[in-house]
Amino acid sequence: MNGPGDSPAPRPRRKKVVLADSRAPVTVLRTVVELEEQTSWAEEVVRSFIRTQFKDAVKFAIGTMLLFGALPLAFYLFPELSDVEFAGVSLPWLLLGVLPFPVLFAIGYWYNLVAERNERDFVDMVEK
Amino acid sequence: MELNPWAVVAIGLVSLVTFSLGFRSSRLASTTQDFLVARRTVRSRRNAAAVSGEYLSAASFLGVAGLVLKDGADALWYPIGFTAGYLVLMLFVAAPLRRSGAYTLPDFCEARLGSAGLRRLATATVVFIGILYLVPQFQGAGLTVHQILPSVPSWIGSALVAVLVIVNVFGGGMRAVTLVQAFQYWLKLFAIAAPTFILCVLFFSQGGVSGLGATGLSEPLPPRFTRDAVVTVETDVVLQVKDGVLLWANGRVHGTAVTGPTYWGPGDHPVDEGTELRFSSGSETPVVHPAVLDNASWLRPVTGTGDLFTTYSLIIGLFLGTMGLPHVLVRFYTNPDGKAARRTTLHVLLLLGLFYVFPILIGALSRVYAPELLVAGRTDAAVLALPLKIAPNTLGEILGAVTAAGAFAAFLSTSSGLVVSVAGVLSTDILKGRVRDFRFGTALAGGVPLALALVLRPSDISLSIGLTFALAASTFSPVLLLGIWWRKITWVGAAAGMVVGGSMVLTSIVLTTVSGYTGGWAPSFLLQPALVTVPVAFLVVVITSKATQSRVPPDTNRTRLRMHAPDRLGFIRDRDIARFGTVQEHTRLANGRHRR
Repeated sequence: MNGPGDSPAPRPRRKKVVLADSRAPVTVLRTVVELEEQTSWAEEVVRSFIRTQFKDAVKFAIGTMLLFGALPLAFYLFPELSDVEFAGVSLPWLLLGVLPFPVLFAIGYWYNLVAERNERDFVDMVEK
Repeated sequence: MELNPWAVVAIGLVSLVTFSLGFRSSRLASTTQDFLVARRTVRSRRNAAAVSGEYLSAASFLGVAGLVLKDGADALWYPIGFTAGYLVLMLFVAAPLRRSGAYTLPDFCEARLGSAGLRRLATATVVFIGILYLVPQFQGAGLTVHQILPSVPSWIGSALVAVLVIVNVFGGGMRAVTLVQAFQYWLKLFAIAAPTFILCVLFFSQGGVSGLGATGLSEPLPPRFTRDAVVTVETDVVLQVKDGVLLWANGRVHGTAVTGPTYWGPGDHPVDEGTELRFSSGSETPVVHPAVLDNASWLRPVTGTGDLFTTYSLIIGLFLGTMGLPHVLVRFYTNPDGKAARRTTLHVLLLLGLFYVFPILIGALSRVYAPELLVAGRTDAAVLALPLKIAPNTLGEILGAVTAAGAFAAFLSTSSGLVVSVAGVLSTDILKGRVRDFRFGTALAGGVPLALALVLRPSDISLSIGLTFALAASTFSPVLLLGIWWRKITWVGAAAGMVVGGSMVLTSIVLTTVSGYTGGWAPSFLLQPALVTVPVAFLVVVITSKATQSRVPPDTNRTRLRMHAPDRLGFIRDRDIARFGTVQEHTRLANGRHRR
């Protein structure tokens, strides 16, 4: 053992560090635990998040169904639509054979943005 | 059709490449026993190609073009529905299902609703849907082999593909090998896109419709033969004639033997199996019975209220049916997390959209070039037959070989995926889950559909696939959608919905099959029952669940949190790792270390 001030380099002692890194998202951990434990607050938060996601998904689904569901009825009620031609291809064939695919992709792309934004918002809210 | 040696070579090549790719990948990855290992290593783009590769079956590759050739604008709903099913999957199912960690549909039912009985019911349904989906794949294979080797009866082709698939799955080569399925997608895309481009160029260089002397696609007349044609009718058919046609027949027409030139007036003409018909260039084409006769109504969508019902029924069945197909959902498990599952689905939408434009074009071109397919009732052969009709030379033979190779890729990939998922479910849920059981399950999952494919009369591939989608939509889609989004669902409700929805569709399947043998008396809505059965199944689930609220599983809130919480919060758990892994994997995964 060395006395105090005796040696310039005392052996570093093992330190116990508790929650040293203040930048670590401690609150996230706490909220995650809280979510897991199903406190009434957590239950409400999760439920409202699921509701948001569900509402958005339903909005997109209804939009898609209206868009595509209207087509057969429109062709049934207005048969003259079939006589319209663009560049030698009749309108129903364009509307049914070519256009749906980019439209479906666009809807999917848009929904993906919305759903990921919802998830980010939820994580942000939980982390605060 | 005479022997096309190119096609034989092409099919051999496809089989060889599929085998060797599968074999090499399964050797390269040290523990490729199943999807567990592929998980977290597969990026969404390749995964999407694999999903599409497995999904594009005989119905997509051959069936869509055949139905477009026969039914025209109304058939365009098939490719739309096949694609839009993935949009619905993405909106409601993809991410939560991946996060639930369930590996198969029965597993999801058990995880969410905590009932072993429901799991068994779901298992039976998965097996049934898988078998029903496999039958047309094998029949399509028979058709393809018969088309390129006319002297070989079609059952040999079916048996060949079934044996190939079973052997492949036995060896484990196809199992979990994402690369193979991804390769199959690009192969299929090439095999249909390249011939379509070249055929379109040839079509326009030959002067289009008018240059050929064919019936314009908007004229109110049936298609005309552009050159002399010989057609052998292979099953009993009723042919409809619009204006009258002079032909040469050898066989039985109207129940009496005919040999020599005859004249058919307007109306229906029943023709017996084995009859040979010869038409001269420029004469009108008789069309098999329920198909539309003249080009103007072929071009026009929805011509009556019956059409309207069938169309909406088809839309519902296909939009909601995709999520209930056993081989589709298993693939989603290879995604690392819920977000990636959603992105994979988005890519799938792109890849499928890219593909489906081509079979539609081929169907329309066949209406001009290959009307004799309408006479024989073999419209599903359009993709295979069209190249030689447009270019009756070496170029046509090569293009025909390319499409035949693509069709073969379609049978191989879809049936392998189906056999693997059905055999997996059989071996783990019904048998004891040993390797021996998996092999037994494979033999069963391949053998039973093969027997059915040989016994049952081949109908249009896409139509029977449509019924399979209706079955999936009326059994699994209510359980999935309500299970993921509705808090109050109980296992009793889910079981009741599956039983009611499933038995309604089954009844209509049996009725249409019986009526197919006994004169076709079944009304057309039985072919597309989804518009009725799907809402009924949903209603039964809701009402029964409301009546049995005491059986809501106690951990519902926790399950819901796990399914919906964003991936970053880390609630995702994988179920049943031990059940699907080997001993080594079991210990490794139990230690919490995953391959990255």
